[in-house]
Amino acid sequence: MTMVYDEALERFEPVLGLETHVELGTRSKMFCGCKTTFGAPPNTQVCPTCLALPGALPVANAAAIESTIRIGLALNCSIAEWCRFARKNYFYPDMPKNYQISQYDEPLCFDGYVDVEVDGKPVRIEIERVHLEEDTGKSTHVGGATGRIQGADYSIVDYNRAGIPLVEIVTKPIPGTDRLAPEVAKAYVTELREIMRSLGVSDVRMEEGSLRCDVNVSLMPRSAAEWGTRTETKNVNSLRSVERAVRSEIERQAGILSDGGKIIQETRHFHEDTGTTTSGRSKEEAQDYRYFPEPDLVPIAPDPAWVSELKAALPELPSVRRKRLQAEWGLSDLDMQAMHNADAIDLVEATVAAGAPAADARKWWMGELARRANETGTTLAELPITPAQIARVTELVASGALNDKLAREVLEGVLAGEGTPDEVVEKRGLQIVSDEGELLAIIDQVLADNADAAEKVRSGKIAAAGALVGGVMRASKGKADAARARQLILEKLGVSE
Amino acid sequence: MSAITRDEVAHLARLSRLALTDDELDHYATQLDAIIEAVAKVAEVAAEDVPPSSHALPLTNVFRADEVRQSLTPEQALSGAPAVEDDRFRVPRILGEEA
Amino acid sequence: MSDLIRKTAAELGALIAAGEVSAAEVAEAHLDRMAEVEPKVQAFLHVDRETTLEQARAVDARLRAGEKLGPLAGVPVAHKDIFATRDMPTTAASKILEGWRPPYDATVTARLREAGLVILGKTNLDEFAMGSSTENSAYHVTHNPWDLSKVPGGSSGGSSAAVAAYEAPLSTGTDTGGSIRQPASVTGIVGMKPTYGGSSRYGLIAFASSLDTPGPFARNVLDAALLHEAFSGHDPMDSTSIDRPVPSVVEAARNPDIAGMRVGVVKEFAGEGYQAGVLARYHEAVQLLESLGAKVVEVSCPSFTTALPAYYLIAPSECSSNLARFDAMRYGLRVGDDGTRSAEEVMALTRAAGFGDEVKRRIMLGTYALSSGYYDAYYGQAQKVRTVISREFEAAYQQVDVLVSPTTPTTAFGIGERADDPIAMYLADLCTIPSNLAGNAAMSVPCGLADEDNLPVGLQIMAPVLADDRCYRVGAAVEKALESRWGGPLLKEAPSL
Ligand SMILES: [Mg+2]
Ligand SMILES: [Zn+2]
Repeated sequence: MTMVYDEALERFEPVLGLETHVELGTRSKMFCGCKTTFGAPPNTQVCPTCLALPGALPVANAAAIESTIRIGLALNCSIAEWCRFARKNYFYPDMPKNYQISQYDEPLCFDGYVDVEVDGKPVRIEIERVHLEEDTGKSTHVGGATGRIQGADYSIVDYNRAGIPLVEIVTKPIPGTDRLAPEVAKAYVTELREIMRSLGVSDVRMEEGSLRCDVNVSLMPRSAAEWGTRTETKNVNSLRSVERAVRSEIERQAGILSDGGKIIQETRHFHEDTGTTTSGRSKEEAQDYRYFPEPDLVPIAPDPAWVSELKAALPELPSVRRKRLQAEWGLSDLDMQAMHNADAIDLVEATVAAGAPAADARKWWMGELARRANETGTTLAELPITPAQIARVTELVASGALNDKLAREVLEGVLAGEGTPDEVVEKRGLQIVSDEGELLAIIDQVLADNADAAEKVRSGKIAAAGALVGGVMRASKGKADAARARQLILEKLGVSE
Repeated sequence: MSAITRDEVAHLARLSRLALTDDELDHYATQLDAIIEAVAKVAEVAAEDVPPSSHALPLTNVFRADEVRQSLTPEQALSGAPAVEDDRFRVPRILGEEA
Repeated sequence: MSDLIRKTAAELGALIAAGEVSAAEVAEAHLDRMAEVEPKVQAFLHVDRETTLEQARAVDARLRAGEKLGPLAGVPVAHKDIFATRDMPTTAASKILEGWRPPYDATVTARLREAGLVILGKTNLDEFAMGSSTENSAYHVTHNPWDLSKVPGGSSGGSSAAVAAYEAPLSTGTDTGGSIRQPASVTGIVGMKPTYGGSSRYGLIAFASSLDTPGPFARNVLDAALLHEAFSGHDPMDSTSIDRPVPSVVEAARNPDIAGMRVGVVKEFAGEGYQAGVLARYHEAVQLLESLGAKVVEVSCPSFTTALPAYYLIAPSECSSNLARFDAMRYGLRVGDDGTRSAEEVMALTRAAGFGDEVKRRIMLGTYALSSGYYDAYYGQAQKVRTVISREFEAAYQQVDVLVSPTTPTTAFGIGERADDPIAMYLADLCTIPSNLAGNAAMSVPCGLADEDNLPVGLQIMAPVLADDRCYRVGAAVEKALESRWGGPLLKEAPSL
């Protein structure tokens, strides 16, 4: 039986390990000139090389090598002075050559680290290696009840994806995360994703599989000195799943260990629907990949001067940028962290760049828009509104043309596809009543209708003015400038604050 | 002492995806044993401090520019396939999960 | 027209260029010769008269249109059935590829076509180039034109037999451990293994990637040089291809002056295990070189005797991986797919049925040499021996310009004689393998007939990387001196078919 998380954590300490595969966004594949477009019709982006036709040979893509080195540098790795590709031999119908061109004991980048922050606590995740390899084709399983591989009658294979460059980033074992293990795993993958984005090397779309994560988890009894047996959960394909997979594996393993059972070293599969993992291929017949240096490709010896140039030209990394923006915007750690979690930093930055004050930009994205995104089950970036439009709304508010309530209506109109903020203001007639004559007429009417309240104010009970302002706002359907209305009411009644 | 046992040969056949009969296993066990004994002669060369050569020539850094080239048409790609369905290669059911 | 088949390729090229004979007529003469002798020699796996004549007529049209083609335009060539050809089946003499028609041309094929050579058909070989007798073809045995009960050498035995039997003036081969030089030697013709990387492997069905080298066969040294020049040179599709100018082999073949050249006699390649008649012709050839002004010295390369075992670890290791792509999924034979069997079972059944004995033996040997636990002792150690051998070559080339040895310890052996003794078979490549391991250039040129059996003996001439021209210079010198002694080419001595 599984054990509830809190109890599991009392008795065991988790050790994490993450293997992340990132599909590079090169124009052509790793070893041939085929396109890498996602979603193309089956077997239209294949050639003798990526289909492994007899006689065809690989030639390495220079841009993929460069991207991998840049990733390594961004992850604080050392770059190999000389390294080779190796063949990883195993038979599988997805893999045309029945070996994967990968790297073995000579990765292009090694010994780096990534810093993340979880619950205000800094965690350094050490990187074992970053190497370059190639992706496999994609099978569709036909027949059987589930459409899954088990029980299928046969499979059909599309090799468009075969040979797309894949960067594998492997962490060293991560001990000491304790109950934050799931969050640390998620924070690490989030950070990796942002680093890839800032480098411009991949579109890192987990839902399209351009970033895929294998999660290793083992448990060690609190009293023990040695790490336990680990399992490897494959292809965890969303940030949320990373977190859930770690948690569920901790609970499962804790249950087995507490019942006196043993953890089997195996690959497991994560199921989005249940949030749990099931056993995949067990490693009882240990795989023997018979790695050896790839004779069809020559060694890579990056020129140190070139590596220095690449390093110097790295973009500002996400963690550095966040610190800078936080200072510029004058936000608290908590606010910044919340924005980071909500993927709002880019949007806020763009909104500020379009002229909005940082506080306003943050307020809209993290308030009204976050609520809308949450309601509709989308991300902030997917909302049909641009940072420039938000900036325009803040400008209208600052100029007094809108108040906050009207501004929310404008946003609603933009999100509903009614046009730009100005167009929505125009179409919905949301302009604040700025015609003093019109406003005075409304005030006269309100004073006449609320003679009692007016009298109270006249006699010095200024607090009663609130009700009169409320009346004006109701009568103007919210379009009046409340502050100005209050001013005029007090003037008319001959009192001052 | 034989260099290789029949069980090891059976294991090699499995690793290499060769469905061999018992007779064939015996046959290859005898031959491989003799061949392995002969090739073990490489151990006689004192080469401890010698770097291994994976390649005939010491070339490095051969790359291609990241440029798209013409792919095959699906008809060409599938022309040699034993079975095809929906422009895909039809293969027998796959047992294991991918590595 | 039958005298056309006795002409050299250079002569045929000149006649065609001068318009004295058409490419179609030349092709037809050779097709007629094939019709006559193929039942006895069986050098070809695939011949299609119409396709060949179409090619020839197309060349005639290109010439008539004034297109500037090379010196071999219109000359027929027999093409080893290990090179991908769009318009002909490509099988590597294996059942697993029976009937396969590649959707692409190998670079060597494409260059033959560009230069206007006319492909007569695809020649027989040991399955996947594994063998020294062409008896390992899945289709049929090829016979040595000198004595039909003898093997034509291998693996390029179809190509050597075709040229020796006057079925083609030229042919292509591939040399992984001697597969051009040894068949050339035992059929009395010229065979050249260019520097590794000097000719493209793209579209050549791989046996051992770090060793495979395409090269020419011809009945004389100049013709071999012309063909060498026609298809070699840098290919961006092959990462191991050398991006430097092709050595001027034709010029060297035309200027066979070796006065002052330093020739090293490899001490280790003589003595026990060598046929007396082979050694007699070899020693005469060495004396001949001296009489032509060369400075002959004895050179010791003690590790060359370990080249054979090193080769029988490296080549099978690479082949075990290279041949993994033949898995019944994307092309070629599929056996046992009854709707219930798994992909894994169908792969194993197909490979068991589709590969011959020698291929299976080498796949398993290579799988063994690469397995964990054995890698260091076998594959790893063999690679170190490879380094040692390269160093011995380097040291030798400090003293001499070329090295010489017998090409093969014996003359052509009988069909069936070594079929059940793989180790005896492997000895045929004793002298040729070191040049493959080191990537050097090496040639076999006829140097007479052995007294015991009146069968041809070959002299091997080895030269450093990219010094292929030295092989041609020395080869041409030997040829010129011997032909004046014999009163014509050695092949004139061949019992007529
Ligand atoms: Mg990997
Ligand atoms: Zn491709």
